[in-house]
Amino acid sequence: MKALARLDLTDAATFPSRRVEEWKYSDLKRFLREAPEPSGTAVVGAPGPFYDLGGDAVVFANGRPVGVKDYIASGDQTLRLRFISDAVGTGHTAAARIVARPGARLLLLETHEGKGSAYVAHNKVEIDVAADAEVIRIVLTDEPADAISVAEAEVRLEAGGRYRQTIVATGAKLQRHETRLRHGAEGADARVDGLYLLNGARHSDQTSVIDHVSPNGTTSQLIKGVVRDEARGVFQGKILVQKGADETDARMGHHGLIASDRGEIDVKPELIIYADEVQCAHGATVGTLDESALFYMQQRGVSADEARALLTHAFLIEVVDRIEHEGAREVVREWLTARL
Amino acid sequence: MLKINNLHVSVADKPILKGLTLDVPAGEVHAVMGPNGAGKSTLGYSLSGRPGYEVTDGSASWNGADLLDIEPAERAAAGLFLSFQYPIEIPGVPAMTFIRTALNAQKRARGEEEVSAPAFLKQVKAASQSLKMDFDMLKRPLNVGFSGGEKKRMEILQMALLEPSLLILDETDSGLDIDALRIVADGVNAMRSPERSMLVITHYQRLLDYIKPDRVHVLAGGRIVASGGPELAHELEAEGYDKFLPEAA
Ligand SMILES: Nc1ncnc2c1ncn2[C@@H]1O[C@H](COP(=O)(O)OP(=O)(O)O)[C@@H](O)[C@H]1O
Ligand SMILES: [Mg+2]
Repeated sequence: MKALARLDLTDAATFPSRRVEEWKYSDLKRFLREAPEPSGTAVVGAPGPFYDLGGDAVVFANGRPVGVKDYIASGDQTLRLRFISDAVGTGHTAAARIVARPGARLLLLETHEGKGSAYVAHNKVEIDVAADAEVIRIVLTDEPADAISVAEAEVRLEAGGRYRQTIVATGAKLQRHETRLRHGAEGADARVDGLYLLNGARHSDQTSVIDHVSPNGTTSQLIKGVVRDEARGVFQGKILVQKGADETDARMGHHGLIASDRGEIDVKPELIIYADEVQCAHGATVGTLDESALFYMQQRGVSADEARALLTHAFLIEVVDRIEHEGAREVVREWLTARL
Repeated sequence: MLKINNLHVSVADKPILKGLTLDVPAGEVHAVMGPNGAGKSTLGYSLSGRPGYEVTDGSASWNGADLLDIEPAERAAAGLFLSFQYPIEIPGVPAMTFIRTALNAQKRARGEEEVSAPAFLKQVKAASQSLKMDFDMLKRPLNVGFSGGEKKRMEILQMALLEPSLLILDETDSGLDIDALRIVADGVNAMRSPERSMLVITHYQRLLDYIKPDRVHVLAGGRIVASGGPELAHELEAEGYDKFLPEAA
């Protein structure tokens, strides 16, 4: 956490290597030895995958806000938060701040849209979920295979706040989504889901640190991923239940499929509990595509590629099915199906 | 016509089929009987191209086209259907979705027009009714949590919908009670036609009371060691396979 808080693209001394515990599977230093040149301006272009769901937009192009960069929701609102990178070989940092006022309901549709190549993007977002507010955050990433992309979210939940997060990652040369979430007051309810579907030599890292400091909080986490070719998926999930955060209910699950000989999945689940009367569980599995199922499907006439796509879809769709907003769920479903 | 000539198949480097020769002319139903472990399932798997079943010698063709040279899905599109002795569970893929995907994949491979969702639904409803299957079962993930008998019916349902021309039934009777056996056999018999060939693999004679074969072959020691008319099945039922086992030969 400390190393990440300091990450500054203009200072190579802040780039963590695998010797930093939190970055041991995602060696940023290996891919990024020197601070990149700053990116120039960018054009916004196409409207992005969530356009049809309407709402407001906060847009960053190569790190620069196009209009406002902070957003306050006080009613029932939809916000498209778009991080657009069309830089070639340069780097940029963006920072957004989102607030859901007490009782507000915000659908936050975040996209990381990479149109350039070999860029370095560092996108940060702070999200405050006030008492009895709800935020549903969907993150879609579509970045080139040679990009480096680090996204950080700092989420703070107040009493009775409800937070639903689903990250859909397709990776990059190195892509990391880090979520730090704090149950700051009693009775908050968080879901911190994600999926990854990686091919080629892509790398995706989903790291989360969920901190229960108040009683009666709930966290549920389901991460599923499939790696093909030489791709590498990383999940690091830490749940801390601090002294006094009694009656916490926290569940974490990661399930991965390695669909090639050289794919790799690294998983590090951690539950650290100092409170009483807590319910905590975690489960992790990593397997391969079922060969006999693949043969059975082919015997019925389904090509090997389509059979693999069907099994992959069936495996990942559980995460998409948990998205509580129907319109967003359908966009993600189609988006994923198109990439199988 | 199905032509198998001098087929040798190894599994994990162990020879299982050792020179199997067999012809099934179009329009005929042939039974292959044999003791457990004789290689009956191996025959079905190697004809359909299951990985791990390595053909080391010999040939197999269907209507003059080489079967062993093409991918499993291409063999299916060419008309081959294997009803599995132990049908596989496909989690997360509803049975109906799966069958329609398979049917359309075969049609695409043959350059035919795909079947529309409403037309397919009609066909599925009719086929599931004649097999006395609960339609809701088709909305569940294929074979997941099905009983042995339900899985066998699901195989026959797929066969009815995919309309293959070369049918290999591997121990389709196992797991079926007598009523289910009759329904399944009716389903199979309905598919008999002058263009189709069927290979009915079974350990017991019972199934052959319902699906009447034109010829019966005994598979032992990796080859066909005896062939005859339907009466051969009754002889085997009465006398067992002992006289065909390699030790007795
Ligand atoms: N996947 C496999 N791995 C190892 N041995 C196998 C495998 N499949 C079949 N065999 C062996 O091949 C032989 C024939 O098996 P099988 O074709 O299933 O016989 P049948 O169907 O006639 O009972 C048996 O000795 C069996 O142990
Ligand atoms: Mg068998």
